[in-house]
Amino acid sequence: MEILKAENVSFSYDQKNYAVKNVSLSVNEGEYLAVIGHNGSGKSTLARLFNALLTPTAGSITVDGYSTADKDKTALFEIRKRVGVVFQNPDNQLVASIVEDDVAFGPENIGIKREEIDERIDYALKAVGMEGFRKSSPTRLSGGQKQRIAIAGVLALKPRILVLDESTAMLDPQGRKEILSVVKKLNREDNVAVIAITHYMEEVLAADRVAVINDGEIAMQGTPAEIFSRIKEIKAMGLELPLAAYIAEKLREKGFDIPASVMTEEELAEALCESLRKI
Amino acid sequence: MRIVAENLSYVYSEKSKTLAVQALKGVSLTVESGEFFGIVGKTGSGKSTFVQHLNGLIRVGKDKGSLKVGEFDLTDKKCDYMALRAKVGMVFQYPEYQLFAETVSDDVGFGLKNFMPELSEKEREERIKTAVELVGLDYEKIKEKSPFELSGGQKRRVAIAGVIVTRPEILVLDEPAAGLDPQGRREFIELLHKLHQGFVKTIIIVSHDMNLISENCGRAAVFSGGKIVAVGTPAEIFSEEYDGVREGLDLPVTEYVTRALKRAGITLSSDLTVKGFIAAAENAAAKSAEKREGTAAGRARGGTGEEE
Repeated sequence: MEILKAENVSFSYDQKNYAVKNVSLSVNEGEYLAVIGHNGSGKSTLARLFNALLTPTAGSITVDGYSTADKDKTALFEIRKRVGVVFQNPDNQLVASIVEDDVAFGPENIGIKREEIDERIDYALKAVGMEGFRKSSPTRLSGGQKQRIAIAGVLALKPRILVLDESTAMLDPQGRKEILSVVKKLNREDNVAVIAITHYMEEVLAADRVAVINDGEIAMQGTPAEIFSRIKEIKAMGLELPLAAYIAEKLREKGFDIPASVMTEEELAEALCESLRKI
Repeated sequence: MRIVAENLSYVYSEKSKTLAVQALKGVSLTVESGEFFGIVGKTGSGKSTFVQHLNGLIRVGKDKGSLKVGEFDLTDKKCDYMALRAKVGMVFQYPEYQLFAETVSDDVGFGLKNFMPELSEKEREERIKTAVELVGLDYEKIKEKSPFELSGGQKRRVAIAGVIVTRPEILVLDEPAAGLDPQGRREFIELLHKLHQGFVKTIIIVSHDMNLISENCGRAAVFSGGKIVAVGTPAEIFSEEYDGVREGLDLPVTEYVTRALKRAGITLSSDLTVKGFIAAAENAAAKSAEKREGTAAGRARGGTGEEE
């Protein structure tokens, strides 16, 4: 069941150059889609198009049947309830002076009752591992902690689609792992569709499907393994393999018998071990 | 310029009973001139507080230890911080957010006006040009452009140019590759090595990316709870010896695989760079081929008659 559908979407900021060109893409309920592409490829523009912060110059985007170009406020309201976007810089996303107020901001706006808001704050803060900071001031938190609050603010809306626009980029590895596991859990258990825009090739491996954006167009789509087996194209588009896959490729060049399907460090360790034992 | 910190401590909001946080607890560290040095640690481990001491953004408190950077004694009240900051360049996270001037040339030259007002207009322009070219941008093409017209990678280069324009001997970068795409990241790290080979003597990078550290740093220090808990080459600090104190930090992929192979009885000895790791794997392959031939030859001599 499609929850988000983009049909022949183009977008231009200046009516001359197109940041997004003729993109058709659909996301199913509960799907985990990773979007990769070099800086300036149009990925972030796409994120903004998905929750109607921008509307297509041409083509259309529908979320659960509501068009993002619909002038009716109800449609916009319904779309924003369903699509939560978390951006890269947490400092631009926090609005209140107390953590719980910040997380409550979204639910209050969509008219959730006070008792339920409390529950949602609990749930969201727990989900990002920040339950101990409910009464803290966001200004006194570290960058990583702030970003977790920003994510909690979106989770409190219980969105059907969670769009992460490089939102783990400023977190430390521990924080990134926590967020990644939260996102995976939301995806698996609550059936939230995830659209993860990222530069971390390791995060791409968590996805069901990957879309590669190059110069505003969808250049490739497929499973992570399919995408990363097209090494030359990946490199030509300014991207690279996950480090373990890169090392595996280097080892193959030296004559080691390592399958092209190796993407993670665990797989690399196992494949190299087998390869060395066979000699 | 050698950096020598001895028993350095720092407390945020020291006068407040409720808000006081001890960020550094007796840190001692020496970084020699010419090192490519890494600083790692969890968020809140004190690494940023430490590096902000290096150019006097955070002052060494009374009875809070000592810090010398080359000739500069930062515990001395008369320390010339302007001169120090020209020698210790600090590049914060996402430095491109700090661009502000109307043209690239003005932005890059801003530090010079502050730190070296004695320079003539011509000398200043010469230095700006050198800095912009060093970071790999075409000065003539870019000098009159607004920094905001540039791409993310270019902006970051302009921001770096604005720091190296004072010709620092030490360049400190906090999470230098964050937010760049893979190609931008690779090019940026190459730029750091290029600077390190000539223009800047010492580079210190603070990063959460253990692969970046193991691939690029000669030595690194691990911060935890306001203290340094390990310092040495990447192979040393990521070794099992420090597993107990490296709380929450990942291992570089090369170390992870090295350990997995060790558990399976295969020893790879490398400096944890990808190149070193591949060479170690080739060594292991050669050894086991040798061993096999040896066994085969031995068996042949033993008169089994079998040839392999």
